[in-house]
Amino acid sequence: MSAPQSSKLNAQGYRHDLRGYLTGFGLAVVLTVIPFAMVAMGDTLDRATVIGVVAVLGVVQLFVHLRYFLHVDFSPEEREKVYLLAFSALLLFLMAAGTIWVLVNMNTRMMGMG
Amino acid sequence: MTTDFWRIVFGRLDLGALDFLTAFRDPTLNEIILSGAAWAVILGGLAAVVALSRYRLWGPLWQNYLVSVDHKRIGIMYIVLAGIMLVRGVLEGVVMRGQQADGLGGGFLSANHYAQLFSTHGTIMIFFMAMPFLTGLINIVVPLQIGARDVSFPMLNSASLGLTVAGAALVMISLVVGQFSTGGWTAYPPYTDSLFQPGPGPDYWLWSVLLAGLGTTITGINFVVTILRERAPGMTLMKMPMFTWTALCTAILMVFALPPVTVSTAMLLLDRYAGFHFFTNALGGNMMNYANLFWLFGHPEVYILILPAFGVYSEIVATYSGKRLYGYGSLVVATMSIAVLSFTVWLHHFFTMGQDADMNAAFGIATMLIGVPTGVKVYDWMATMYRGRVRMTVPMVYLVSFMVLFVLGGLSGIILANPSIDFQVHNTLFLVAHFHNMLIPGLLFGMLAGYTYWFPKLFGFRLNDRWGYISAWSWVAGFVLVFFPMYVVGLMGMTRRTVAYTNPAYQPWMILSAVGGVVVTVALLSLFVQLYVSIRDREFTRDIGGDPWDARTLEWATPSPVPAYNFAVIPHVHAREAFAVAKEAGLGYQAPPAYADIHLPGDTWMGVILAVFGTAFGFGMIWYMWWLAALSFAVMAVAFIGRALRGDRAGVVIPAAQVAAEHRAWLAAVGRLAPVTREHEQDGINHGVAAPETREVAA
Repeated sequence: MSAPQSSKLNAQGYRHDLRGYLTGFGLAVVLTVIPFAMVAMGDTLDRATVIGVVAVLGVVQLFVHLRYFLHVDFSPEEREKVYLLAFSALLLFLMAAGTIWVLVNMNTRMMGMG
Repeated sequence: MTTDFWRIVFGRLDLGALDFLTAFRDPTLNEIILSGAAWAVILGGLAAVVALSRYRLWGPLWQNYLVSVDHKRIGIMYIVLAGIMLVRGVLEGVVMRGQQADGLGGGFLSANHYAQLFSTHGTIMIFFMAMPFLTGLINIVVPLQIGARDVSFPMLNSASLGLTVAGAALVMISLVVGQFSTGGWTAYPPYTDSLFQPGPGPDYWLWSVLLAGLGTTITGINFVVTILRERAPGMTLMKMPMFTWTALCTAILMVFALPPVTVSTAMLLLDRYAGFHFFTNALGGNMMNYANLFWLFGHPEVYILILPAFGVYSEIVATYSGKRLYGYGSLVVATMSIAVLSFTVWLHHFFTMGQDADMNAAFGIATMLIGVPTGVKVYDWMATMYRGRVRMTVPMVYLVSFMVLFVLGGLSGIILANPSIDFQVHNTLFLVAHFHNMLIPGLLFGMLAGYTYWFPKLFGFRLNDRWGYISAWSWVAGFVLVFFPMYVVGLMGMTRRTVAYTNPAYQPWMILSAVGGVVVTVALLSLFVQLYVSIRDREFTRDIGGDPWDARTLEWATPSPVPAYNFAVIPHVHAREAFAVAKEAGLGYQAPPAYADIHLPGDTWMGVILAVFGTAFGFGMIWYMWWLAALSFAVMAVAFIGRALRGDRAGVVIPAAQVAAEHRAWLAAVGRLAPVTREHEQDGINHGVAAPETREVAA
């Protein structure tokens, strides 16, 4: 491959990457501003609604980061990454849910009087 | 004024903390053993320094090992560390066996000394013997098996080693300066909180585990990335050798299991240093969260320890049976199942601590389930041997002993998994017998089998077989003698971690166990005699061709010892047992059409810096020498961040001409050597080229 060709390809790749990162950044900003704004509005909104929206937007944010910053999608080349992420999510769920289960159970049985 | 000054310099350290002097003040057997151990560390260190200077080895040691990022060199250093710590761990075990043989109503050790012994024994054997040993083997073997030049992050690999060495160094220093924790290897608060143990003991434990745990987490990340990103072209996940599969699962477990112990350790440190109350009941803390976090790490840790050994067994059983590995797919599924299930059972380590019966039942059932994939593995190994041409080499002795003893230990585990039985035998020697029964035939035999199997690949000569057999059989016999009596006395009610007892019925069993301790010592000594004899007689066991065992996976397609760049040309993989398939087709030793320059990562001082200043940092924190801790931490932070920003500027390029010359010279040597049949595997004529045989291979 001659030098001009490769630099042209590089420039194309750079623009493509930049567009991806900027899209991700824009989405991340929007997804961050909305929850902050809702909390800042204070008592004007229903508390349960705020918590629900913040939680949902947090999960969406997670996927935005995975898609635009970590470049994980469902293409065949990326399948190993998806497997690993799913496996990691399973382990984290087991650890977090198990810990909550164990400690809540012990707390009610051993400190319930307090 | 001056006392204040010295207090700032030395913190809470004073002459009374120097263990090697206590025997002169109070010459009882207990103190002589304590001081003797301190003197052994001091004199051993001095002897090493003198020997290195005498034979002018400092330069080569620094150049070839300490600053090297070569994954094989780092692996060797890990295993040397494991060997040193193994000596200390075994000797501590033997002293404990001696104490309990004499423990009817007394014995020769003080309760405090005995508590330090079992605490250091457990800590060392898990964190500083087992972990470095398996990390070393993974380091050495995985990049070779997947056809890579090195790991993904070579500098971090060196950093991991440095942090592990720093942790180990702190445990060794505790023998000489001050006392170690008496809280067991689990260090449960509130007993390890400052109210009960204000001295430096628990701090030694906490800082060494914290440093080594950080190192292990980084290792885990490094190997997940290496295995997923650095595989040779064509090597799909399902074409990876079994050892690499187990290394992948181990690395994933390291990434997820080590953070809980790092967190619980940091929380306990805050309790001890900064007056926090994470684990004190009085001010809203809950010490059950320590047990929860510790075993959230502790149980996956058990599988971090055992999975690489399973990988070693899977490799050697195929090689020494001359058959392809039976049930590859089922072994992969079993390994992954064990990795997931290992995160669902941690509560069985504290069945008796107060949660309700439903919860105990759920975790008990999950625990029993782990027996299923493990059983699948044992059957796969047996089926691999079935109708194979089995050679009872030293690794196979370990494998066969493992299969028998591990199944027995596993059955005692299934018994313990039943909460109602666990209530009867928890905290007895029955439990101690059970987990040693898993870890010695499982982990230790596996590591020693791997050490014997891959040794020629690294050093270019085979290990002596006679001393290998003596050591292997002594380990087996010694293990059975030491630990099977513990099942009996455990069921009789003898509690663990007690210095003395009053029931005379225990004593005959404890004497038998101490005899086993002598046999285990013989096994340990034989390992070192084997190493000495092997080095002395290396001209008779030269491995030039690089394939002394007629093995099946990629690492054996390289010269022995392996050059720094591993493969002259990165191989294309078309089959699961790539090298066996190539040999079958008569294509085991091919000259590639062209060679290319090879780029290798440059040396780094990071490992040395983290080892030296990590130790100094821990020592400063333990003895309240804040200036030392702050200075050391600053040096580590600046060095690490600086290196991260600067990048690797010392990269090495090996020119294609040199690679070609070395590779062609090796191919020519292979062509000149007479291939040996398996009957002569252990003879002097085996120079590492296997005669073609009718093979059964996996495509």
